[in-house]
Amino acid sequence: MKNSAPENPGAHSRRTFLKSLGTVAATAATAQVKTVAAELEKANAEKIIGPDAVPVTLNVNGEKIKLLLEPRVTLLDALRNYSSLTGAKEGCDRATCGACTVLFDDAPIYACQKLAIEAQGHAITTVEGLAKDGKLNKVQLAFIEKDALQCGYCTPGFVMSITALLKKNFHPTADEVKHACAGNLCRCGCHPHILQAALKAAGVEHASKTEVVTYA
Amino acid sequence: MPSWPTETKYISHDTTRIDGVAKVTGRARYASDIQAEGWLYGMILRAKWPAAKITDINLEPALKVSGIKAAVLARGQEMTVRFYGEEIAAVAGTSKQACLDALRAIEITAQPLPFVARENDAKKASAPQVWPGSSNHPEPKPRERGNVEAAFKDCAAVIEGFYSTPVQIHNPMETMGNTVSWTDDGLTAWSSTQGISSVRDGLAGALKLDHSQVRVITEYMGGGFGAKFGAGAEGVLAAKLSKEAKAPVRLMLTRFDQNLAVGNRASSFQKIKMGAAADGTLLAFEAENYGTAGIGAGGDGGGGGGGADIPLPYLYKVANSRVKQSAVAVNAGSARAFRAPGNPPASFGMESAMDDLAVKLGMDPLELRLKNDPNPIRQKEYKLGAEKFGWKEKYRKPGSSKGVVKTGIGCAGAAWPAGGGNRNTQGEAQISPDGSIEFRLGVQDIGTGTRTVIAVIAAELLGLTPGQITVKVGDTRFPPGPGSGGSTTCPSISPTVFDICTKALEQLQTQTGIPDARGKNWFAACKKIGINPITVHGQWRDGLSSNPAGGVQFAEVEVDTETGQVTVKKMLGVHDCGLIINRLTLESQINGGIIMGMGYALYEERVMDDLSGVVLNPNFETYKLPGIADVPEIEVILVNMPERGVVGIGEPATVPTAGAIANAVANAIGVRIGSLPITPAKILAALGKVPPTHA
Repeated sequence: MKNSAPENPGAHSRRTFLKSLGTVAATAATAQVKTVAAELEKANAEKIIGPDAVPVTLNVNGEKIKLLLEPRVTLLDALRNYSSLTGAKEGCDRATCGACTVLFDDAPIYACQKLAIEAQGHAITTVEGLAKDGKLNKVQLAFIEKDALQCGYCTPGFVMSITALLKKNFHPTADEVKHACAGNLCRCGCHPHILQAALKAAGVEHASKTEVVTYA
Repeated sequence: MPSWPTETKYISHDTTRIDGVAKVTGRARYASDIQAEGWLYGMILRAKWPAAKITDINLEPALKVSGIKAAVLARGQEMTVRFYGEEIAAVAGTSKQACLDALRAIEITAQPLPFVARENDAKKASAPQVWPGSSNHPEPKPRERGNVEAAFKDCAAVIEGFYSTPVQIHNPMETMGNTVSWTDDGLTAWSSTQGISSVRDGLAGALKLDHSQVRVITEYMGGGFGAKFGAGAEGVLAAKLSKEAKAPVRLMLTRFDQNLAVGNRASSFQKIKMGAAADGTLLAFEAENYGTAGIGAGGDGGGGGGGADIPLPYLYKVANSRVKQSAVAVNAGSARAFRAPGNPPASFGMESAMDDLAVKLGMDPLELRLKNDPNPIRQKEYKLGAEKFGWKEKYRKPGSSKGVVKTGIGCAGAAWPAGGGNRNTQGEAQISPDGSIEFRLGVQDIGTGTRTVIAVIAAELLGLTPGQITVKVGDTRFPPGPGSGGSTTCPSISPTVFDICTKALEQLQTQTGIPDARGKNWFAACKKIGINPITVHGQWRDGLSSNPAGGVQFAEVEVDTETGQVTVKKMLGVHDCGLIINRLTLESQINGGIIMGMGYALYEERVMDDLSGVVLNPNFETYKLPGIADVPEIEVILVNMPERGVVGIGEPATVPTAGAIANAVANAIGVRIGSLPITPAKILAALGKVPPTHA
């Protein structure tokens, strides 16, 4: 396995791709090519970013965080490794487990799939930002009451997904909760309690069906 | 003999987790969250061959990458690779991006070697030897009782079946890993582990340090399920990187790493022959089983052993039995302990065979179990469960369900003969004049609510509330505690906390003259302690915990005979665990065991490519875990047996699920799917709707 030097990440950028297209496009006259030319002009007007670190300003939990990041740094990486916000967890780093779920202008997203530079100008909320003045939100409270967690590593992601759901749907059905949590994995197997907690946060009480029987 | 109180305020009731707030706010710091001063990112380079001879590894180009501070070899310039994903080298740098660049820059000279990836291929005499000079598949040694041949002749019904289970991967949500800081003063590892003591001992041994020079801290960890007891190659590499870089290094595995190299449940291929008298009494049992523990099998010189054996015949009393078992070595990551090692595959094989035999006998499979299960607790559990589940009303002969979507029910039992308390468990409590009390135990909370268990017991015995108890765990500087595994944690720490509390009350009485410092007298007594807090040391005591634990589960499924999709509609778990400490967290653990068992039954399987020796599904998009929409209604009946003291529940809760679901599927469609996971493809093939799959 002789490896060549790593490729320059800038070598295949959208801009250079369009630029190479452009030399051909200059002599053509179809409407389609005109569109390409317009794109090219727009791309040329864009500032080249990276591969070295660039200043990035993130708006997280209502506070501005200024960081110096390579453009390839994800929002999750920026939160966890370039600032001290480790509430969003890394479980896979490829959009499959949901442990990194944060709110992006109130919509739940995988922070591992958003570049930090793209997150600029948007309101990011992490699990650390949910409790206002130390008061837990109703999802957090319900998670504790219903024991919707064991090891707790997937918990921030589930709490964010359900918080996002309840922002737009005050009275979700069980199926709507399941749909909202379809992108979150839990290995300890807390799902029944997570469902109960989500419904409890929406005002629906679901009594445990567990029975205790004495042997003797 | 000490005994637990019978009238209780907290023990056996519901107590929310004392660390719940930390976990729902993101304040809980896991190993992967540790940001030690000046920390570096660490990553591992892994083999791209299932077998190879590496003759040179050049780390120089990696060290030239901007931001890289250290690069170390896993074993040496020369090494033999035995599985795809084996550790070769590791780098530490100022960012993940720098590490990714550096791993790509490392130059390796290697000669690929022949390999074998599948159990069946590895058994052949012509197969490449995973451990040269050692057979991949040593001759199994039979274990025999009674006269099997004669007993089979007496049977009214005999079945022969082939039941197989896949390699299952632990996949805790937090991968393995550590942040390690190695300075002249010693080594500190913030570890994602279920055994702080075993990690300390492992690191000290591998790095030639005194145990006293190594401190392991695990304040929070994101699941383990048996994979996270040791220091691991990743822990040792992080330490070496820290020493070389003179900075703390955080090295967490990627999800790919986790699926390739740090443990799994061995597969099983069980050929079972079983026979019974006309009344259902089991008379004869014969089984031949093999499975792979990856490179964990066959490497012990003589071969054999290797962690693929399962307890057969499982649960039931059979006077005449012969069992031959063996582990097969293949070029794949080694097996490790995995929640109730050996038991889920044994339960699946045995319980499938039981249902097949019941069909042949024309018996209700529940009746066949009651006829042959010698355990009185499970007898009671089957009866309780059958009543709640409506077994009699729901049971139909296999395959008699009408329509395209067929329904079926099944049940299965579990035993976990190990468990019980670890006699070496110790702990201490410090009581301050202001009435505050802090417990310190060198155990860790794997997610089962260990901290809360300590608080519940202390609150009960001292007449306080759980919120008044401060609990510190997860530090090797505390008195030593057990690893979190084998259903031993609760039975280890509960008697220890009992002992600490008893001694604390005795000492308070001696020191303050107040005869009973509990409850309303607590603060007055503490005030009289004097200036310095008192510290009480306690240890595990006999008579307050026991083993084994067991349980039975019932499953109801729907099978769509056009798509092959299995939907679990309902699960009922009936479990005994001695004295219930915290009903709420206990219910969580049983739910979790059942859901993990569902994954084993229907979704999970490591898939190896036999042509390339590569694991084809080392990630969550292709290694499927149950999701919230897959999880049915789960009901639990807890059989409280305070007279037995504290018993663990982690293992038995996951044992019978796959067997119960598999039996429910067979009951629905009238055909046995003898191979886990029960995928739509296997269902359709069994129904003759598509050609059989290669499995």
